[in-house]
Amino acid sequence: MNLARVIGRIVSTHKQDGLAGRKLLVLAPLDASRKQTGPPLVAVDAIGAGAAELVLYVRGREAAHAFLPDEVPTDAGVVAIVDHVTLEKAP
Amino acid sequence: MFLARIVGTVVATRKDDRLEGCKLLIVQPLDPAGKDSGQPVVAVDTVSAGYTETVLVVTGSSARMTTRTKDAPVDAAIIGIVDTVTLDRTGAP
Repeated sequence: MNLARVIGRIVSTHKQDGLAGRKLLVLAPLDASRKQTGPPLVAVDAIGAGAAELVLYVRGREAAHAFLPDEVPTDAGVVAIVDHVTLEKAP
Repeated sequence: MFLARIVGTVVATRKDDRLEGCKLLIVQPLDPAGKDSGQPVVAVDTVSAGYTETVLVVTGSSARMTTRTKDAPVDAAIIGIVDTVTLDRTGAP
């Protein structure tokens, strides 16, 4: 799982049936100090995350498990909204 | 999943049986602003997408989760045609 910031949304009318009614979010992946770590990606929302929120997302086939028993064809899913992150200082 | 624009098609006569009838398209990955980002890949179309359309592409084993690609030797599938992309902000995250 990784941290990300929700930076946008996608509207798609014609899509796979498994995605019907699902919210598609554009995420900017972040490291623990909230610096962007890579290019933005698209993920399916599993928990009701919204604009500008800090979230946790899962990549790979496991992302689809967040929607079981529904079969959602996705390789990225938002599975948690982050309240806060605490970092220990390096010794 | 990533955004991509369809830039071409692939025709293959001799192929795995489970790829019979699949439309193979070349997709150029995009960033959310619509600029090219990375190298083009070939993906199986499951939503009847066409040339120059912006689409959603799913990769890896998740690409086999559509009804069209179930159990097929596929690692990239087009699963949606994008109508609009809305970005909240353009600054640092």
